[in-house]
Amino acid sequence: MDGNVHPHDAWSRALFKQFKDSGVRLFSYIPDAGNARLVELADEDNETRTVLLTTEEEGVSLAAGADLVGSKAVLMMQSSGVGNCPNFLSFVKGGNFPILMMVSMRGDYGEQNPWQYPMGEAVEPILEAMGVLVFKVERADELEAAATAALDTAFKAGKSAALVLSQKFLGAKGF
Amino acid sequence: MTEITLNRIGALPQIFPKPDDYLFVTGLAGPARDAAALTNDGANMFTMAGCMGAAMTMGLGMALGAPDRNVVVIAGDGEMMMNIGSMATIASQAPKNLTVVCVDNGGHGETGGQDGHTSVRTNLAKVAEGFGIQHILTVSSEAGLKDAAEFVKSGDGPRFLWLRVMAGEPTKFKRNMNPAECRVRFKTAFANV
Repeated sequence: MDGNVHPHDAWSRALFKQFKDSGVRLFSYIPDAGNARLVELADEDNETRTVLLTTEEEGVSLAAGADLVGSKAVLMMQSSGVGNCPNFLSFVKGGNFPILMMVSMRGDYGEQNPWQYPMGEAVEPILEAMGVLVFKVERADELEAAATAALDTAFKAGKSAALVLSQKFLGAKGF
Repeated sequence: MTEITLNRIGALPQIFPKPDDYLFVTGLAGPARDAAALTNDGANMFTMAGCMGAAMTMGLGMALGAPDRNVVVIAGDGEMMMNIGSMATIASQAPKNLTVVCVDNGGHGETGGQDGHTSVRTNLAKVAEGFGIQHILTVSSEAGLKDAAEFVKSGDGPRFLWLRVMAGEPTKFKRNMNPAECRVRFKTAFANV
């Protein structure tokens, strides 16, 4: 990043601080442009740990395992990865495990790649069907409150929550 | 082909004579019953009856969250194959306190004993090695259980114990299958240690 600030640096720093201050220690992820800076920050911090997954559903069970021993995790992925998670989200409705996710959207506002639309449009119905509450961010000034709501929902109320970052907020990728 | 003579019934108690020393998580079906019998469905064990493929990463989450405790995953071959990539996730994290035990009967016992990949060509020890798991032991006979008991407590993890067992019924044991109750039971016991 010599001389260049990552385009997602400012909000990623603020959100990482919110996650960390709420006690999140495990940051599991499948890489995406929308979570790249946040993963770097969690990597650099001595008190937090990143876990590279092979498929997004692993992050659901990883968070459930962490919960059993009193530890907090967040699962970060692109919207397409939500499609890999539903069966494992049985932990939510069946077991009351509080799963916190951060979903960076593709296939919504301004998407140029037609392959991204089917899953992009299915993200909210899938999460709703599996008992995960959605906190959507479309503007920068919505992030802090949405993140607080998602964190409180997961770790105070014990209900699963997804912070969904739209392309209106992140910016759409060019092709 | 290795001749498999190991009976799954009674194998786990020989490998883990002091089950209270560990935190356990199991996958679904037969291995969950074998494991639940080991701890008498104890509060230091979380067994599953769904979410096939979740056991390895659930154990990883426990191992990373509780680095001072020894965590053991007990799962069948079908369960492991469903998310075999989790071996890479575990190898990259390299938690010293994690052991994965596969009770491999070569098939899908719960649904009628249909053949699984390990009874065709898949060699889970080579798979684990390829994913970067450093400590691997294969046991397929009663005589090997002594080595297995040593293996699970020697050196640093992550370890992979491939327990190749004969086809046949798992241990007869009825466990609590309510995940919400088992979660609270586990968390309460863990917090009070």
